[in-house]
Amino acid sequence: MNAILNYLKELFGGIKTLLTGMKVTGYYFVHPKEIITQQYPENRKTLKMFDRFKGEVTMPHDENNQHKCTACGICEINCPNGSIEVISKQVEKADGKTKKELDVYIYKLSMCTFCGICIKVCPQDAITFSQGFEHAVFNKEKLIKTLNKPGSSLKEKVKEVKEVIE
Amino acid sequence: MTFNIYDFTSFNQWIDKTLYDNLPSFWALIIEMTLIGVAFLLFYAVIGLFLVYAERKVCAFIQNRVGPNRVGPYGIFQTIADFIKLLMKEIIPINNADKFLFNLAPFIVIIASFMAIAAIPFGKGLHAIDFNIGIFYVMAVSSLGVVGILLAGWSSNNKYSLIGAMRSGAQIVSYELSVGLSMVTMVILAGSMQLSEIVEAQRNGWFIFTGHIPAFIAFVIFLIASTAETNRGPFDLAEAESELTAGFHTEYSGIKFAFFFLAEYMNMFIVASIAATIFWGGWMPLHIGGWVGFNHAMDFIPPFFWYMGKTLIVIFLMMWFKWTFPRLRIDQLLKLEWKYLLPINLFNIILMALVVLMGWHF
Amino acid sequence: MEDIIINENQIKQEEYIVNMGPQHPSTHGVLRLKISLKGETVEHIEPHCGYIHRGIEKMCERLTYQQIIHLTDRLDYLSAHTNNEAVCLLVENALQIEVPERVKYIRTILDELTRLASHQLWWCAFGMDLGALTTYFYGLRDRELILDIFEETTGARLLQSFNTPGGLMNDIHPNFIKKVKEFIVHFRKKLPEYDELLTGNVILRERTNDIGLLTLEEAISYGVTGPSGRASGFACDVRKHHPYSAYDKVDFKEILYTKGDCFHRYKARVEEMWESMKIIEQLIDNIPEGDYAVKMKPIIKLPEGEYYQRVEAARGEFGVYVLSTGEKYPYRVKFRSPNFSNLSAINKLGAGHKIADLVAIGGSLDLVIPDIDR
Repeated sequence: MNAILNYLKELFGGIKTLLTGMKVTGYYFVHPKEIITQQYPENRKTLKMFDRFKGEVTMPHDENNQHKCTACGICEINCPNGSIEVISKQVEKADGKTKKELDVYIYKLSMCTFCGICIKVCPQDAITFSQGFEHAVFNKEKLIKTLNKPGSSLKEKVKEVKEVIE
Repeated sequence: MTFNIYDFTSFNQWIDKTLYDNLPSFWALIIEMTLIGVAFLLFYAVIGLFLVYAERKVCAFIQNRVGPNRVGPYGIFQTIADFIKLLMKEIIPINNADKFLFNLAPFIVIIASFMAIAAIPFGKGLHAIDFNIGIFYVMAVSSLGVVGILLAGWSSNNKYSLIGAMRSGAQIVSYELSVGLSMVTMVILAGSMQLSEIVEAQRNGWFIFTGHIPAFIAFVIFLIASTAETNRGPFDLAEAESELTAGFHTEYSGIKFAFFFLAEYMNMFIVASIAATIFWGGWMPLHIGGWVGFNHAMDFIPPFFWYMGKTLIVIFLMMWFKWTFPRLRIDQLLKLEWKYLLPINLFNIILMALVVLMGWHF
Repeated sequence: MEDIIINENQIKQEEYIVNMGPQHPSTHGVLRLKISLKGETVEHIEPHCGYIHRGIEKMCERLTYQQIIHLTDRLDYLSAHTNNEAVCLLVENALQIEVPERVKYIRTILDELTRLASHQLWWCAFGMDLGALTTYFYGLRDRELILDIFEETTGARLLQSFNTPGGLMNDIHPNFIKKVKEFIVHFRKKLPEYDELLTGNVILRERTNDIGLLTLEEAISYGVTGPSGRASGFACDVRKHHPYSAYDKVDFKEILYTKGDCFHRYKARVEEMWESMKIIEQLIDNIPEGDYAVKMKPIIKLPEGEYYQRVEAARGEFGVYVLSTGEKYPYRVKFRSPNFSNLSAINKLGAGHKIADLVAIGGSLDLVIPDIDR
């Protein structure tokens, strides 16, 4: 008799647990509001990434087409994957002195692991992360980017007390 | 001749009579067979495409997703696009495979489901063939599909396929018993094996209501066992993608894979229609004995819609199972059959016999 | 099939060799298990590693300590933050730098969020291994919220590289505390749903009970750590026994089970999610004010010697061994990855069970393949 009781208990207990599971899935079936899918690319216009999102390294230029990079090469040394290549040139200034200036800032997106060390170590805050994330291209060559715009120059240092980096 | 959507009998007889009057009997027979064949082929394709779409949408909603929504409004043409893709895909030849059996297997699977669908009454007078042993016939032909699965697994020279096929063999041989016995339970109540007569017998109330407790138990057992028979989750051991990659159809590609895929959905449709027919009254509208006005109002809905509605509800139940439960292991699957379903089924037959004998049913 | 080298002596006549992987849905990566079968029963399992070997330990020998951190992300990518922390703690301990309290608190909170995210992913993958595909989406749905928190503060969803020797890359985002609290409220409601859907389910119980038994002695001798080891009764929680960061300030329970079967490994992880939430709740309101990093020299040189630091990653004890010669590069780096040790027990666990059980065992060990091969 006990065996039959156990058998029935096992049977109905099992059925009950199955129904509990079906209750959960059934709840979501009749509640389409719980759908969490993002309708990408339809929401491209409204989709906003977080400010700190590490999309790709960019070099901000101001309205005079000037950037802050002094071509010191610290980012290049610190990059673990060799994704950054800073090529500098010697420019003769009006007062006769020659000065090192940025020629080409090459950034290889295909090799970047987005660790953020280059941006952290940059003494001039010349490079930042942009929020773009659509990196797909048809040609691998396009992933090698030149960050300084053509004709850009170094921003003259305005004498102001720079905030101490914590 | 007026076309009556509530009763196809006269329509069928009219076609039959016109053909035989104007043509020699041999050609009339050929034309009739072709007509039915084409009708079923179309029905098969439409239902197959619809069920694939429905499954994807149902599982998407259960999983907090939207599901296919790119091809056409709400993605309704998605399955058609998939089907075109499958048609154009390369059929990959397999080294050291038994070519003849490898090519034969998908046809066996699909023919078995074709044969089974022939006996199902879609409406009054709307069935291809009305055997006096209809249930027996459906059981017999629907179990032929396993031959195709075994052949597919054996001939594709793949170890995963072979394991999948062997699992499927063991599974279907066991669960055939439960499907059969739960049908027998309802045959006891109906007193006939002819599907049209079973439907007629539910004129005053569907069997699931008139047969109350034993009918309900039989329905649950039928649902479980038939899900197992169609190799669907949680009994999809023959495919078991996390264990056997794709089981018996691992090596199939293109249209041959599509055959297996379609056959799976059609088998689901067939078992759901059988469940609808023998438990929920088939095309019979909802009748409650004695409520003449109510019964009359229900009769206005064409029988075909009743039939499809019931079938789709049963299919939805099967999808709900599949997307909720984990898969069983092969020994547990057999344990479930031999330790639980079969004894309960045998007990249920006795109960049903007692109910019928004592007239305890409504 | 010719390229599979089989030792003829080891294989009996009736055995049937099946290669599970390197491409197989249930190995969660490029792991290859060579299994000999007898019917459905698994006789012997032989894991073959190396399909995703990238030589990370060797690469570390030519990288500075700051640069090593971003490679540790790529070992066990699901506990990236914890792995980062191990290297940072090692450097800080070697240089005897005391990091601010704020850093310790934030690190601990992020650790536990990482653990939660990892266990959620494990839960959905485990359900999927057993054939319940819906669990995958429910788990990912909740994990997404954690990833959003990560993204807002660290800038990345998976491979955060947020730690740096001496502190953190950045301060926490102003929304961080609010979002974490919201997540805890949300997840406290959703976690019982996990139990309803899977834990209580009779099929799951049948599939996992008494499958893949691992005794305490075996767990210790194989070095099975983390929730998998604790399910066998091996009290190996580094957070409890060798506290680091802010773990000595929080009160939490070390989840211990005794049986060591798949179900207890499952339970251990689900219970750990509750404990993780408890830890976060204790810390989130008390993050002290202060700096988010101490100023470090641009070039870090560890004094000559050997260093070892261990942390509790989501899958077990993660250790970093560094042999320094006083240069800016380490002379030798060795990672003690939890998955490698956990995988070593798979033959013990799986032999004698069915193929389907092997999938359940693999799922219950929660293997991450890049961590095995490194």
